[in-house]
Amino acid sequence: MKARPRAPFWAFGILFGVLFVLYLPVIVMVVSSVLTRTDHWVLTLQWYRLVVHDRELIDALIRSLEVGFASSFISTLVGGFAAIALVKSKFRFVKPVEALSFLSLVVPELVFALSLLSWFFVLRVQLSLITVILAHITFSLCFVLMTVNGRLAALDMTIEDAARDLGATEWRILRTVTLPLIMTSMLAGFLLAFLLSFDDFLITFFTCGVGSDTLPIRLYAAMKSGLTPQLSALATLMLAFTVALIFLLKRARGLKIFGQM
Amino acid sequence: MTRSNEEPSGELSILGYPILAWLIFFVAAPLILVVILSFLSRGEYGGIEWHLTFDNYRRVFQPIYLNIFGRSLELSTVTALLCLLIAYPVAWAMASANPKVRTFYVIALAIPFMTNLIIRVYAIKIFVGMDGPLQWFLHFLHIPFDPYALTQNTVLVFYGMVTSYLPFMVFPLYAALEKFDFLLVEAAQDLGASNFKILFGVIVPNTRVAALNSFTLVFIPCLGEFVIPDLLGGAKSMLAGNLITEQFLKVRDWPFGAALSVILIILLLGAPLVLRKIFLGSIHGVAA
Amino acid sequence: MLRVVNISKNFGNQTNALKSVSLNVNSGEFFSLLGPSGCGKTTLLRIIAGFETASTGELYWNDQRVDVIRPQSRPFNMVFQRYALFPHLTVFENVAFGLRVKRVDTRSMKDRVENALNLVGLWSQRDRLPETLSGGQAQRIALARAIVNEPKILLLDEPLSALDQKMREYMQTELRELQQRLGITFIFVTHDQEEALALSDRIGVMNDGNLEQVATPEELYERPNTHFVAHFVGSMGSIRGSAVDHQSLQLPNGQVIRGNLGRVEPGLTAEAFIRPEKVRLSKIVVGATKLSGDGLRFDRGEGVNKVRGKVLNMAFKGLHYELHLGIGPDQRLRALVPPEKMKFGISIGESVTAQFSPTDTFIFNCPSGMA
Repeated sequence: MKARPRAPFWAFGILFGVLFVLYLPVIVMVVSSVLTRTDHWVLTLQWYRLVVHDRELIDALIRSLEVGFASSFISTLVGGFAAIALVKSKFRFVKPVEALSFLSLVVPELVFALSLLSWFFVLRVQLSLITVILAHITFSLCFVLMTVNGRLAALDMTIEDAARDLGATEWRILRTVTLPLIMTSMLAGFLLAFLLSFDDFLITFFTCGVGSDTLPIRLYAAMKSGLTPQLSALATLMLAFTVALIFLLKRARGLKIFGQM
Repeated sequence: MTRSNEEPSGELSILGYPILAWLIFFVAAPLILVVILSFLSRGEYGGIEWHLTFDNYRRVFQPIYLNIFGRSLELSTVTALLCLLIAYPVAWAMASANPKVRTFYVIALAIPFMTNLIIRVYAIKIFVGMDGPLQWFLHFLHIPFDPYALTQNTVLVFYGMVTSYLPFMVFPLYAALEKFDFLLVEAAQDLGASNFKILFGVIVPNTRVAALNSFTLVFIPCLGEFVIPDLLGGAKSMLAGNLITEQFLKVRDWPFGAALSVILIILLLGAPLVLRKIFLGSIHGVAA
Repeated sequence: MLRVVNISKNFGNQTNALKSVSLNVNSGEFFSLLGPSGCGKTTLLRIIAGFETASTGELYWNDQRVDVIRPQSRPFNMVFQRYALFPHLTVFENVAFGLRVKRVDTRSMKDRVENALNLVGLWSQRDRLPETLSGGQAQRIALARAIVNEPKILLLDEPLSALDQKMREYMQTELRELQQRLGITFIFVTHDQEEALALSDRIGVMNDGNLEQVATPEELYERPNTHFVAHFVGSMGSIRGSAVDHQSLQLPNGQVIRGNLGRVEPGLTAEAFIRPEKVRLSKIVVGATKLSGDGLRFDRGEGVNKVRGKVLNMAFKGLHYELHLGIGPDQRLRALVPPEKMKFGISIGESVTAQFSPTDTFIFNCPSGMA
């Protein structure tokens, strides 16, 4: 492809400025998690040791992972298969599904969270880890749907015609042709859902019951009572986990929803 | 005449029903409930009483609450405008870089975007907090400051909002510029246009739909934002999001909270229409 | 024999993608559907394959009605325009796909796949993935994947259009030979008239949802039946005028040209198509219409059409020179002249007389909307 005319240097200046401003606090946080002050600043891993030995934090971590796995597994199944129905079949309710998943995307997170809280209340469902999982499935469905949809729409439809021509039934085509070809995007959908779940604060904040708080909730509560290097260590660990997931997602080509790469 | 093979892949459509059921039960029903809730009244101990009233809506129009909504609208608008102003050059620079570097920029912007908001806010607090580099730096320069005012103020709220929502603006614009025909830029350069002229005369008019969409994409979540003002703004800057959260989690006046939410949603639905009118209307006039 | 009976197709709001098309294709025949893009040829092919359902009409295979059968169960197989190979399966598994679906036992499946791959000369490539194949190879795998099922009819949707010129010509020969060896009926969709003329036993020319003419390549070339066929097949030059009787038209300058088919509606606009290789040229010498003694043969008979024109363009095409003669405003006649007959030296800008016999001239009324 022919090289595009370069944007002027000030545009690049703003780009680098933005990256600098975005990363500066994060870098400071990471640095502060490995420093301790005695007479002068010393490198240390003591804050990490504190985090690892904090039973409550580890419990919160386990809950975060449980919620992440359960919700992204279910939303990948439901959302991924729904994408197939939406793109590949003459599903009668395409419009309602599209409208509702769009709604779940644009309704402010806060309203989304409190509507679920009220709904659980009216249904007399005790808030627990289960309600958190249900809420997380609900908001990640739309992202899985978009991810798998994108891949399906890019698939050459004639491949399925070819399979049909060779005598395969719809279910056989799904199993032997379509699913193998969209597997990476299903994986990307799963990772994206996991990432969203692992990072979510607000919706969890509204839908978690006593003793079912996840890592971000812990961090929020702890932050309200003051900053400690131990918190920096915890935040750094969560950041590292997120970055690792993002790179996995990139391998699975799940970052495509952000634009051409 | 109906034929059995009219819909060759009709049988796969059963895969669509689970999501339909899920969305109806967990998206549509809860939102409808909020609307219903807003017409009920508060019970003795924070419960709900099932009798109809418009009191909640009447309360919304009291000056204190109107003020809060006004400030929220202002904050959202300013944030979205700032984002737009910053995002255009950023997206332009990204799209004009060579493909390898482009991927790097996308990831570099996606990482903070996908990182937990709490972590990002936490990092900001570390940065401006006691023993943080900013305070140390001010000390070093012998500039007097109030350490408490420094950790919670409106500038920080803006900073938090803009850095959080900038990617919502950059990615759609970047996607639009990816498809943009850069020959137009070359043609404009050939005709002697300056870079500012190219940006405002060629790039902006040709990507205005993406700009409007991403403006909305920033504006909507800003209006409902709760965490950033809560943690960075302090008690003085009560915004719609905090007000609603308070009604639900502290005051436990759910019907009033629901009414506030409905108003918020109405504002959100109305804003894009108004924006479209102002934005597309005016630029259209210039371009045409 | 495949019988297409009054098939028409409407897509949503776009009506008449096919307008009541009827057609017979004989067993063992190489039949081509030829037409410009959007003429309905691919739609017809997809209806035969079963991927589209006809709005009206019926489809019979040896008196058995097949348009009510699922595409999976029809005894036809298709070769797709862009190959449509399964990207996640090896060459072997691609070819074996149809047999696995039909639960053919492993031993005979392997034999049949091997046979099919040998037939296209690619058995050695059986373990490769489609993305590593060249365009020509992929096309041959797509062929093997279809014929391994021993279809009664092989449907080919512009199978060569994605190949480069050289490969295309090579594959044309392969296809023709393969068809003769297998004796399967081929229905071949193409927009390339040379391809259709070279390969087919018979050709159906389609335009705008209509089947304009069904004929052998020779007939189509020698005796086009409609304005469209004359226009689309054989790249003839044409001049327009208004029809004066059932078989002649008058140019704006008053000259009258006669054609061989007496079907023109007098008074309306008409267009005369002339085979470029049948046009003979002579120089006009000022003062007298003396024929230059260059060995060109002239019919001096009464019936010969003569028009005067100016040489606008001249291009050497290897076997012949192609000349464009300006007859009037926006009227161009094409002429193909063998190199040895160019010795008398015609140059651009010169005035010449073009002569052609009425038997090589086809006159049709212009379709409404074209005049």
